[in-house]
Amino acid sequence: MSASGAEPHRPAFWHQPVFRRLFWQIVFLVVTALVAGWLIGNTRHNLEERGISTGFAFLQERAGFDIIMSFIPYDEDASYGRAFLVALCNTLFVSGVGIMLATVLGFAVGLARLSTNWLLSRLALVWVEGFRNIPLLLQLFFWYFAVLRYLPAPRQSLEPLPGVFLNIRGLYMPWPVTDAGGLTWDVPQLSGFNFSGGLVVIPELIALVLALALYTSSYIAEIVRAGITAVGRGQHEGALALGLRTSQVTRFVVLPQALRVIIPPLTSQYLNLTKNSSLAAAIAFPDLVLVFAGTILNQTGQAIEVILLTMLVYLVLSLMISVGMNLFNRRVMRTGGQP
Amino acid sequence: MNTLISRLRRNLFSGPVDTVITLACLGLVASLLPSLVNWMVFQADFTGSDREACQGSGACWVFVRTHLPGFIYGSFYPAGERWRLDLVFALLALAGFLLRTGPLPGKRVLRLLVWGSGPVLILWLFRGGYGLTIVETRHWGGLALTLLISAVGIGFSLPLGVLLALGRRSPMPVIRVWCTLFIELWRAVPLITVLFMASVMLPLFLPSGVDPDRFDKLLRALIGVTLFSSAYMAEVVRGGLQALDPGQVEAARALGLSRMRTLLHVVLPQALTKVIPGIVNNFIGLFKDTTLVMIIGMFDLLGTVQAALTDSSWLGFATEGYVFAALLFWAVCFAMSVYSRRLEARNKGGST
Repeated sequence: MSASGAEPHRPAFWHQPVFRRLFWQIVFLVVTALVAGWLIGNTRHNLEERGISTGFAFLQERAGFDIIMSFIPYDEDASYGRAFLVALCNTLFVSGVGIMLATVLGFAVGLARLSTNWLLSRLALVWVEGFRNIPLLLQLFFWYFAVLRYLPAPRQSLEPLPGVFLNIRGLYMPWPVTDAGGLTWDVPQLSGFNFSGGLVVIPELIALVLALALYTSSYIAEIVRAGITAVGRGQHEGALALGLRTSQVTRFVVLPQALRVIIPPLTSQYLNLTKNSSLAAAIAFPDLVLVFAGTILNQTGQAIEVILLTMLVYLVLSLMISVGMNLFNRRVMRTGGQP
Repeated sequence: MNTLISRLRRNLFSGPVDTVITLACLGLVASLLPSLVNWMVFQADFTGSDREACQGSGACWVFVRTHLPGFIYGSFYPAGERWRLDLVFALLALAGFLLRTGPLPGKRVLRLLVWGSGPVLILWLFRGGYGLTIVETRHWGGLALTLLISAVGIGFSLPLGVLLALGRRSPMPVIRVWCTLFIELWRAVPLITVLFMASVMLPLFLPSGVDPDRFDKLLRALIGVTLFSSAYMAEVVRGGLQALDPGQVEAARALGLSRMRTLLHVVLPQALTKVIPGIVNNFIGLFKDTTLVMIIGMFDLLGTVQAALTDSSWLGFATEGYVFAALLFWAVCFAMSVYSRRLEARNKGGST
């Protein structure tokens, strides 16, 4: 920099943008490094004082607690690492089911908002304004503590469909199993004070999926409405004039164009739903935050490792959803959503 | 009369499918609305002081009424000091009114002084000291705490968001990368993990001489909420900066304005006005998100309601508690969203 600054016809080197930018970036780096060094030093000292060893060795240790819902084999003797995987699967499952349900509901309500039927569009408006203006945590508590807690005891179970039972312990459904006689249905049976057999959906899961899907559906409905409104009326009229049927107009003309507008904000709603599934911790559904950032953190005291790993998981999930939706978006931009 | 009938026919009974939909919707409304109104009003109990008063089949609003001071001021805020929070509510209402009526008269310095003194005054009223009894932060709660967290979050995240947005568009690669990483990291993680981090990890960052208890739990939560929210704010502001015609900056610089003046008097006023609806939407999100602080053990409005539900002499009134809290949150959020939509419509209609 001194070489260029020495040329007589140019302003002094400290007035040149290149130098000033370099200078400020160096200052910024130095300050950031100093602050980071100070924080890391403090943390090291504090950890030593409290006798906490750093590192991820604790993941091998025995967990010693049970998890009420797991998709992979797990018991108290399993390791913390195993418990982490169980919790991660639960988070993925809740997010996946929530996203599917929210999308279906959201598209239905969004289309209802655009209906020429005045009453239907008003009801859809009530749905949207009702669900999105109330905190998700409050809705979650409502479903869990005010609705599902008042379901009857197992002996007085509701039976909405034959073989399907709903009571305070959860939802019991028949489930196909393969045994010696081929494929049979495992039907829940009342034995004593509780049901046995079949598939059990715990009330925490019902409340969580319900709250996430209803809350997010109100946002998706508005996105769908905006997307379809963005497709000009002329497109619709032109397609009709060309002799396409209404269903064909929707499928081949309106929807492909609307999807281009819908997908980017829809992606961020999927991201939000995935992140919001962490509210599970508030009603003790064993998701990543409750099991890992809750129970395991309390038992091991490895605050930094646990919190950072939890954040990393959500970061990776967010990136994966973004990449996936970007790929889908690219296909929509190219082919209009047709396979 | 004829127009009414033709309107009904057009909007509700234009064809067989339409008629079926209308009848189905009417059926839905007719089956839900009366029982809802009955539960909320006609069969509900309003008077009395204990749960014996609630014998009807409707809602027990007595529960909400007896716990109302706790819901509003927090259960642990001394009863004799509640007038201070009343004053805070009045100040907030006044601020809202002033924002609606437009800029205050007088010099800018005076206006800044008025707006700047507000937060100090509110903090003093909350906490006390200097002549008032000190109320520790762990005794703060209820709607007052919800509003305080929202206000602090909004007040600090907007300027921080502007800085981050500017940083993300900076020509200096180090600053640009740093700001981009900061924004994207916060946006990728759930608020609850941020709050956990603030409550569990932040104490570890302090020099060992500092007593962790001195580093207030509320302050830690506020730092978490503010940082989280500033990342979202930054993205909204960035939208406004990108939408700004580059000619504006060039013209301002050609007129001889310094970089700072260009930024303060040309770029930011235009960019921020463009994205006011987005900013208000962020406010709504932040206001709803404040409920999460109850998960790290603070008693905001929802936390206080939740605690009241476990009051052994008032068990079984969860629905009433949640409906009350929901109505309060709904009213505030809906009002803000209507305000934001009106601004959006005005922006579209007004400037080109």
